[in-house]
Amino acid sequence: MEKKPIRVVVAKPGLDGHDRGAKVVAQALRDAGMEVIYTGLRQTPAQIVEVAIQEDAQVVALSSLSGAHMALFPQVVKGLQAEGLNDVLVLGGGVIPDDDIPGLKEAGVAEIFTPGTDTRDIVKYIEAHFNGGK
Amino acid sequence: MFDSEKIAQIGEAKAKWQENTLAKVVKKNPERQPEFKTDSGITMNTLYTPEDVADLDYANDLGFPGEYPFTRGVQPNMYRGRHWTMRQYAGFGTAEQTNERFRYLLDQGQTGLSCAFDLPTQIGYDSDDDLSQGEIGKVGVAIDTMADMEILFNSIPLDKVSTSMTINAPAAVLLAMYIAVAEKQGVSSDKISGTIQNDILKEYIARGTYIFPPAPSMRLITDIFAYCAEKVPNWNTISISGYHIREAGSSAAQEIAFTLADGVAYVQAAINAGLDVDKFAPRLSFFFNSHMNFFEEIAKFRAARRIWAKIMKERFGAKNPRSWALRFHTQTAGSTLTAQQPNVNIMRVAFQALAAALGGTQSLHTNSKDEALALPNEESVLIALRTQQVVGYEINAADVVDPLGGSYYVESLTNQLEAKAMEYIQKIDDLGGAPNAIEYMQREIQASAYRYQKSVENGETIVIGVNKFQMKEEPPKGLLKVDPALGESQKAKLKKVKESRDNAAVEAALARVKAAAEGNENLMPPIIEAVKAYASLGEICGVLRNVFGEYRQQIIF
Repeated sequence: MEKKPIRVVVAKPGLDGHDRGAKVVAQALRDAGMEVIYTGLRQTPAQIVEVAIQEDAQVVALSSLSGAHMALFPQVVKGLQAEGLNDVLVLGGGVIPDDDIPGLKEAGVAEIFTPGTDTRDIVKYIEAHFNGGK
Repeated sequence: MFDSEKIAQIGEAKAKWQENTLAKVVKKNPERQPEFKTDSGITMNTLYTPEDVADLDYANDLGFPGEYPFTRGVQPNMYRGRHWTMRQYAGFGTAEQTNERFRYLLDQGQTGLSCAFDLPTQIGYDSDDDLSQGEIGKVGVAIDTMADMEILFNSIPLDKVSTSMTINAPAAVLLAMYIAVAEKQGVSSDKISGTIQNDILKEYIARGTYIFPPAPSMRLITDIFAYCAEKVPNWNTISISGYHIREAGSSAAQEIAFTLADGVAYVQAAINAGLDVDKFAPRLSFFFNSHMNFFEEIAKFRAARRIWAKIMKERFGAKNPRSWALRFHTQTAGSTLTAQQPNVNIMRVAFQALAAALGGTQSLHTNSKDEALALPNEESVLIALRTQQVVGYEINAADVVDPLGGSYYVESLTNQLEAKAMEYIQKIDDLGGAPNAIEYMQREIQASAYRYQKSVENGETIVIGVNKFQMKEEPPKGLLKVDPALGESQKAKLKKVKESRDNAAVEAALARVKAAAEGNENLMPPIIEAVKAYASLGEICGVLRNVFGEYRQQIIF
């Protein structure tokens, strides 16, 4: 039986223009067989939630290198929850100091991937999430 | 440079050496890799000899420093007269905080300023805009009105210091504020010097802080060229940047090619706008990355100078030697910094700084060791500045012009990079020039970035601390944190300015900006009048957004 591919929205919240990491991750997830939608730059949290609904996303992967993660990532989680999308796996990546990670996790971001992450680890993390327990 | 008989003898001798000496050793101890390649895909041979540069024509290909084609450098005696400008990019939080950091850096022997603006400023939004929330003062200083700019340069004499501003889409507005602040200090616009980045094409390609579509953006740029040629003669009106193209993942050859292709587009636009090439071209400047492949980077700077000189002389018919000379700023490669074992970054930065010096840079920013984690704190900025001071003052690397000129290897690399870059430039010309080749360049960069990531993941490329020599470490302490409450205080400051200014004068000034934007009049004079009336950056850019529209990015991955 063929498995349906995992659907991922890779998004750039805020005004940050650094998209090398987001695009590399998007391509790596696609090469791993996932269905990937990349939003492009300068998305508001509301716009990202909207794309997640439209694309029926199972994963929303957020990237920020501008230091706006504490303000913006939790807003995406809240927006998804407000739409009843409590099962969407929200991931974060970028230049994110260790000190900020507990707060982001508390706000509902499942995992944070910082510079130097192997893209295969992100693939493994997502696959384990959907294949284990669900 | 050698006669053909001697080259043939060397070739024969080399063949013998390979067979009799080298082959035996390699057979016994195989080499570390089946082949060695630079990141531009150039094969690195075991050894270089005169054979590899047999076609080099000294007078035409290298010449003398300060003369066409400037391969060996843009000044005759380079750093024997004066070192490169040591210029650390800085800016965060409020104008007060950044002013303090500027004065600290000047006290430590830095010789020029380089200002980082926050993202709302770079994209033309005021701090009270909804889209600015979470970003105020984060990656640079927040500037809403000329009042912030007055604080930013408080007690810094603008006739004595040169200032580089990393500002692109709203460059005209920030330059206008700088001119107005200088005037308030009693310094006329012909006495100030500095640089605005003002390079919109690479924003579309790789950096992302665009506002307007290409045509009105190019018009703003050529308006600045024309205005500065008359009124601000010592200002570098653009810094055509390969830095961000490289950070986005390009190779060295792509960095030169895409940057110079952008340069060609600006020169062509200015000529089309009726400007005389020799009036504006001497004020064009460039900005490159200094990356990990040490010798290829040095060759890259040399090749870029030679290609640009040929383009300006042969393609655009420039007559003034200063129009031919490619002057550039360098920054060490941010993307090579690791979050793991951050002290190792100090060494990476030192080698990259040395490559920039050996490549003949005019100014240099050395990155701080903690930049994969946060904005740098004062201690790490000081180490970074000291690193380039060691390169400049202690190791005699600055005492001879182009010390690697004549190296068989470096000359061979210089030639090969030139050839590769020219192929890309030809391809971009065929697509109708850089403004029509944005998606092509993005695809090329993305392919290189992905290739690099895979090569790190499969261990072909070694990154210490990431895929080799890893160790357990404690999270670093003392990272710089921008106070999240700062957004509120910046908004309060803006509110106060808006309440205390003459709002009728602001409206009138904004109407003049609008009229100029709708017509053909140079935009700089009305923008200068508007900033003097304390119109905000967001208000001025808002007027321009209404007239010009906004750029929509094509999504390529």
